Amino acid sequence: MSGPADADGLLAATLREEAGRVVASLTRRFDFDVAEEATQTALVEALVSWRADGPPDRPGAWLQRAAHRNALDLVRASGRRDALAQRAPAPAQSSTEPSSGTDDRLALLFGCCHPALAPEVRLGLTLRAVIGLTTAQIARAFLVPETTLAARITRAKKKIVASGITMAVPEGEALDERLDDVLTVVWVMFNEAYLSTTGTQDRDLAADAVWLADVVATSLPRHAEAWGLAALLRLQHARRDARFSADGTLVLLAEQDRSRWDRAEIARADDLLERAAKLRDPGRFQIQAAIAACHATASSWNETDWFQIATLYDLLLAHDPSSVVRLNRAVALSFLGPHQAATALTEIDALPDRERLEGYHLFHATRAALLRAVGRSDEAREADERALMLTGNEAEQRLLRHRLA
Amino acid sequence: MKYVLMFTSDVDLNEKVDPARAEEVYKRIFEWFNQGYAEGWIVNGGAELQPPGTATTVRHSGGGDPVVTDGPYVELKEVVGGFSVVEADDLDGAIAIAKTWPHLELPGTGVEVRPIVDHENM
Repeated sequence: MSGPADADGLLAATLREEAGRVVASLTRRFDFDVAEEATQTALVEALVSWRADGPPDRPGAWLQRAAHRNALDLVRASGRRDALAQRAPAPAQSSTEPSSGTDDRLALLFGCCHPALAPEVRLGLTLRAVIGLTTAQIARAFLVPETTLAARITRAKKKIVASGITMAVPEGEALDERLDDVLTVVWVMFNEAYLSTTGTQDRDLAADAVWLADVVATSLPRHAEAWGLAALLRLQHARRDARFSADGTLVLLAEQDRSRWDRAEIARADDLLERAAKLRDPGRFQIQAAIAACHATASSWNETDWFQIATLYDLLLAHDPSSVVRLNRAVALSFLGPHQAATALTEIDALPDRERLEGYHLFHATRAALLRAVGRSDEAREADERALMLTGNEAEQRLLRHRLA
Repeated sequence: MKYVLMFTSDVDLNEKVDPARAEEVYKRIFEWFNQGYAEGWIVNGGAELQPPGTATTVRHSGGGDPVVTDGPYVELKEVVGGFSVVEADDLDGAIAIAKTWPHLELPGTGVEVRPIVDHENM
């Protein structure tokens, strides 16, 4: 039957479903920082109480009441009149089911990802306010000191209140620009979770990111890129059981046991990608998803359609001319033969931001792959060594050391 | 909410811009103010500042008489050329106004948007 891990998973899923709604509904009566702080405290209370006694019948209502009570306490304690001083109805009279709608959470998400907030704080804010993680959980997941993180988030919340950042979904053209910021945060969230070794935290952040991407797409069904990201994350997530060997070493795509890929998730991703395609509005997330789909449909590394992938990377460059994309494209080209590999190598050695890339471990890992493909194995080895020196990620380090051994 | 818009530009912008172009932008700035007053989003037209070479700074000096020196408070590559006070529902509103500042078409220009301390509600 279910053990403590499953109970925690259930708890996490419940909290995730309700937390954002509670914060969003509180922001109607209270300033954002009060709403967020009050909910955060309620979440911690919930974790303690529900672990001991099991979750209540209506977890959303429980959380809403607890958070509302906390918010009133906070306002009283700080003597702030600015907490929208309308008579706050007693929780029993207000809707005890948190207000409907992904709409509220979406507004919260757009607010937390506002361009006026520093990029590095958007993720932390989103994780707290929208997903309902505690600062401690975030700090553990991303290996940052809790006090630094807490201070950063506090400053951001102060800015939100002081400078009047509204938790609202923008309209018209502004929506598309801001949506890209939002999707980027969810993407970063998934990647950060994805890169960490398994079992070091009590939350499956990658699953949380997949869930959030779904929430965004279903709330904005006419925005192709939202479907694109949801598809992309599912395709990557589908490979989770094949990515690590028993000792925690990262297993490259080339060597993964494809029978361990989650076919149901891949099928679902296909549906999402189709929905995106129907909207005829291509973008970088959709194209990246299409590339991931190429891998997902190949029954083995050798049967991968590298030509198709290289073509997709050409398309991607038009939307995202970054060096990372060029690097990935170079790797794809390297599989089209030593001649292409040589061309690709020349190309990436001539990249304009070469100096900055020198400090980027994937740059050297890519060069290593290309050098190997053209038979320059000593230089390939040197490049791998550079990559190893530069990566901070334990799993990647193990992989590189293994390759160098 | 009230916000100050501080209009900034590279210190050597005037040398880099063609005078006819500068003149044309200046005219549109004039219209921008007219529109702001007419539509009510400019609360206070503020002021256009003379160039940083005309600045003088008076500074704290450890308890004695404040010290007077030549130059702006900080020597920066970018300088504040003027400011105005606008009214908007929220930061998005203020940003939307700031984006219409005609000078922004020229490279090396910027507008800082900062809320003012609301003494009426304190």
